[in-house]
Amino acid sequence: MKSIYEALVGIVDGEHVSDRPEELYIYSFDLGTAQPQRPDYVVAPRTTQQVQDIVRLANREKIPVVPLGGGLSLAGLAVPLKGGILVDLKRMDSIIEVNEKGRYAVLECGVSQAQLTSYLARNHPGLTHSEPGAPPTATITGNVMIHGQGDLSQPYGFNSDLVNGLEVVLPTGEVCRFGSCAIGASWFTNHPLPDVGLFFGWCGTTGIVTRLSIRLYPAKPIRGVGQFVVENEELVPEIMEKITRTQMAEDIIAYSRAIPPFGMGLQHFTVNIAADSEKELEFKQELIWDDALGEYIRRGDGGYLGFTRGLERPQISKTSDYKKGGGFEYVGGIMPIETYPRCYRSGREISERHGIPYTVTGRCIGVGHSMMFAWTYAFNRADPETIRQAREALHETDDLVLELGGVIWKPGTYGQRLIMERLDPGTRTLMKRIKEVLDPGGIMNPGNWEGI
Amino acid sequence: MYALPFDENRCLNCQGADCLVKCQYIEIDRDRAREEMVRIARGEDSPVLRECVTCYGCEEYCPMGNHPFYLIAEKQEALGIPPVPGPLVRRAVNLGLPFRGEPQIREINGPVLNMAAFSELTPLIQGKLFEGLPVISTDGRKMFHYFCQLMYLHYAKSSVIKERLPGVIATIMRHRPTEVICFHDECYGTYTSYCPGVGIDVPFTPVHFFEYLYNRLSELKDLIRPVGLKVVYQRPCSSRLSPGKHRFVNKIFRLIGADEVEREFVDENALCCGGTIQGQRKEGSRKRSAAIQRKNIEDMKKAGAEICVFNCPACLQTLGGMVAREGIRPVYMSDLCRLAIGETPSGWR
Repeated sequence: MKSIYEALVGIVDGEHVSDRPEELYIYSFDLGTAQPQRPDYVVAPRTTQQVQDIVRLANREKIPVVPLGGGLSLAGLAVPLKGGILVDLKRMDSIIEVNEKGRYAVLECGVSQAQLTSYLARNHPGLTHSEPGAPPTATITGNVMIHGQGDLSQPYGFNSDLVNGLEVVLPTGEVCRFGSCAIGASWFTNHPLPDVGLFFGWCGTTGIVTRLSIRLYPAKPIRGVGQFVVENEELVPEIMEKITRTQMAEDIIAYSRAIPPFGMGLQHFTVNIAADSEKELEFKQELIWDDALGEYIRRGDGGYLGFTRGLERPQISKTSDYKKGGGFEYVGGIMPIETYPRCYRSGREISERHGIPYTVTGRCIGVGHSMMFAWTYAFNRADPETIRQAREALHETDDLVLELGGVIWKPGTYGQRLIMERLDPGTRTLMKRIKEVLDPGGIMNPGNWEGI
Repeated sequence: MYALPFDENRCLNCQGADCLVKCQYIEIDRDRAREEMVRIARGEDSPVLRECVTCYGCEEYCPMGNHPFYLIAEKQEALGIPPVPGPLVRRAVNLGLPFRGEPQIREINGPVLNMAAFSELTPLIQGKLFEGLPVISTDGRKMFHYFCQLMYLHYAKSSVIKERLPGVIATIMRHRPTEVICFHDECYGTYTSYCPGVGIDVPFTPVHFFEYLYNRLSELKDLIRPVGLKVVYQRPCSSRLSPGKHRFVNKIFRLIGADEVEREFVDENALCCGGTIQGQRKEGSRKRSAAIQRKNIEDMKKAGAEICVFNCPACLQTLGGMVAREGIRPVYMSDLCRLAIGETPSGWR
């Protein structure tokens, strides 16, 4: 096994390869409830060529390869379930290009959300990206790879819908490009070449994305959050529909939570509004609060809580403060918006049954075509019993997502099994063939989508 | 149970009906004003109950020693016509629930400053003005044990105030204070106006924050260098419950050499910050609130103000950004006082 270590050092350098137990320990778990598992090696490449060489080495040695971005999926997707080489991609963090007119950025795979946010604010203040509200070290590519969402998902869809092009190292070591960059043009569009779509949602089992082009959008100088609240959860879908119909909002999130107590049993909406001028801001506010939602206020069913300038990006991680020990994990379901009331009631029931203060959140995606509904469970990292309770609640919620007609987002291994049980046989066969063709050695992130 | 002994005969004998005639938000003549107050006192419905923006102003305007606003709030609750939608009422009622364990009690046996529900503003309490003064409710996780609850007048929930307030007073008393300096004048109004009004016993001596500041500044007057800034004051609704203490605003400004510029919306004629109005049920409340805010800030600008001095954190939260965008700096009174004695408040440039 020492020869693998030495080979990795030969590919990268001695500073960026490790097989020391204390460093392997750090890479053995993510922040959720997944069981820890140590890799055999950790390597941090800097170039696409180095990624290719690592993958080729792994193929030769028949050793697993697990790509890691920010390591913040919480679902255990980058926990090396079968050991092997963990490829930490954070050093590949160059912002290669920002095209102001075409509104896109070409990034290496290790660029973090905070890095792009601050880079744009400093150098291209008129542009912004769809920021997921994850911790700042979450990577753009990691988020895209799991079909993440952000604060522009309401008008523009999943962040994976905003990709203009990709560079991927295949499990066999070849490099492929997709989108306009594949024919040597700039990275300005993902269409209209034949659709391949082999990498998003595959949990890193079909290749390692090393570069991508992501769409940017106008960053208006006035951005802020308006809040609205209702008591009756049955009103949430129609209110979502009314706000999206105005087409005046950016992010729209509905949430309810037990702590702090003011939110208990109520459904809050946060609605991001952006404007170039006070006139535009007032126009948008009038359409949303007065015209679209005025009837709820007059009837006494809904209340306007005001508009606060400045964006405080939502962080579900605040939930981790609810129990001592600072742990939390959530199940995200991509759900039809009309299921919000049942999602809320069932989630609350599961939480209360497991003795966990409930937190649920529904983020509108694509003008109301769906929502990402998150059921969040806090636990104490130092208390195995609370971890067990949270894990049980998470598994029950995975079941619930499918029962309510949704799709589990970034499923862990439990959720992946549930999906595979229900997957259309033709689709499952096709996925199996794709996996076999792309990864004949079965080295990429094994344990995920296993048995497809 | 605690009750408001409202005397309708005082209204019948009132010549001016100033409570409603002076109201800046309801158009009503003297005869109708008197009639409506008597109807409200008798438990009948009145348009006033639906029009009231809950600015507290009538508490100050009433020349008869009645409590017109407390009455309005009680009758709004009794008749089920809260000024804001139900979800906002429920949210507000839940907001004041302590949920992070019991406060740590330290016996003081002397004067104490109560931060109440504004623990996060404890960093304002710095420097010579506060040297040696014990402070309670400095832990944001426990602050609702010290929350005076009077905010619920805006939500027509007098019942919540009466239910919770005795427990809050008991918590404060566990510190064995002699005097309680109230950081927020809503607390001061609670203990000196509302509690006597409804019969709740207050076993300590409340002190208005501005009175404390004035007295302390007087002790430190050798250190005072005139600030020479043109200032306006955003008077909060709760100040209407203790109009006798409002004079300390002017006294402090004179003492520290602040130039209080002349403006229309000042003293009795002060305008609400709009924070509570924007969410009310009455149609057009959001726009109405914005119009009041614009009128208020235009008046400040016209007067040539450089600084807008705030008393209430909620007013500052609502108006602070707006005045700042107009080039007027929002400042807490205590920070202005610190500036006058040569200290630099945090964030001051």
